[in-house]
Amino acid sequence: MTAVTESAAADLVGSADSGTDPMVPHRYRVVRRRLETRDTVTQLLEPLDEPIPAFAPGQFAMLYAFGVGEVPISMSGDPSRVELLQHTLRNVGAVTGALCAARPGAVIGVRGPFGTSWDLNSAYGHDLVFIAGGIGLAPLRSALLQALSQRERYRRLVLLLGVRNPDELMFRKDLRSWKGLFDVDVEITVDRGAPGWRGQVGVVTTLLPQAPFDPDNAVAFVCGPEVMLRFTALGLSQRGVPAQRIRLSTERNMKCGVGLCGHCQLGPVLVCRDGPVFSYDRLAPLLHVREL
Amino acid sequence: MTDEVAGIATRLAKHPFLAGMPDVHVQALAGLARLQRWPADTRLFSEHRTADRFFLLEEGLVYIEMPIPGQEDMVLETVRGGDVLGWSWLFPPYVWHFSALTVAPTEAIVLAAAGVRERCEASPEFGYDLIRRVAGVAIQRLHAVRLRLMNLYDPTPPRR
Repeated sequence: MTAVTESAAADLVGSADSGTDPMVPHRYRVVRRRLETRDTVTQLLEPLDEPIPAFAPGQFAMLYAFGVGEVPISMSGDPSRVELLQHTLRNVGAVTGALCAARPGAVIGVRGPFGTSWDLNSAYGHDLVFIAGGIGLAPLRSALLQALSQRERYRRLVLLLGVRNPDELMFRKDLRSWKGLFDVDVEITVDRGAPGWRGQVGVVTTLLPQAPFDPDNAVAFVCGPEVMLRFTALGLSQRGVPAQRIRLSTERNMKCGVGLCGHCQLGPVLVCRDGPVFSYDRLAPLLHVREL
Repeated sequence: MTDEVAGIATRLAKHPFLAGMPDVHVQALAGLARLQRWPADTRLFSEHRTADRFFLLEEGLVYIEMPIPGQEDMVLETVRGGDVLGWSWLFPPYVWHFSALTVAPTEAIVLAAAGVRERCEASPEFGYDLIRRVAGVAIQRLHAVRLRLMNLYDPTPPRR
């Protein structure tokens, strides 16, 4: 990304009140950047202006690469750390490429947080099952961190993660740490092994039949590409998890983030406003409409 | 029934692959079964060899793989405790199509294929029950392979 100075960013943001107008980005400075995989980075941001309100796990922010464009990105950090924002994004085009390239010191714009959360509070007393495909682990990470910080409120904690190959595993330090906890079950599977890989091979849905949770008492949180959401939700239903306790984070082409522009319309809902997290009973009829 | 066979019958009845199978069939299978353990890195069977048994895994992790000349063996999928391993024993020419290697200490109930096939012939009710179970597993695995072909985690993302 072309380096943007703090003052230039202030000019770009303009004189509107970034404290109240959800369309005006707040300036944040990248303070740390970690390469997760070949094309995916995690960045830590500190506010230069009034910080955006605290986010809940599952919500997203619009990240603005000045002069390039905006994209919706879910938060991947610990929601209790309100002073710093953390997100993880993959370089798939001009805007995400510019944002991924932003090094410590670079300034980017942030609007949000927007959308619905995973709503962990409603899952007290249940088994929590987090199911991630690829970069889908990023939005689930913040929920998992929150659940771990309130461990006594939940029964089993299970993370099922699928990636294409071992090189695409993100948050390796976290995964090692979570695997070491006696009260968290972590299962990872890859589509294709590699030299040195001694774990499971197969898609993430193959982990469902034997995953250690009680379907009668489980709440599932699923994040990944839409096709993975569909088949994972189906697998959870076959295991006996009720549709209203399967929560899916979906994605559409979001522009405004606040339900004004309609770009992210999915049938009767706007994903930025009514989602991105939906329960399966609400989303299933929409996922099965080809034209949507 | 000896204590050993009764013990195996109890374990068979608990195995997910046989869940709900009538006792009479489970007990018949127990007479054709033995328990076995292997350390990691043990080859359970090899491609092109006679498929004279199958495995109800209780613990562990096994790679189903295929050798590729000049490269490391390609791992096609993993099976683990609770899964069934092997169906080549059920259909002529009764040879393994792939190889299987333990990647963790593994424990299984091993069933003698010829005896099970004879039982299938003698009792169509038992045979139908067993074939339905094997078909269910085959469908699950076919489904999983199709999902992998779809590149489940990385369908071409929108460029932004």
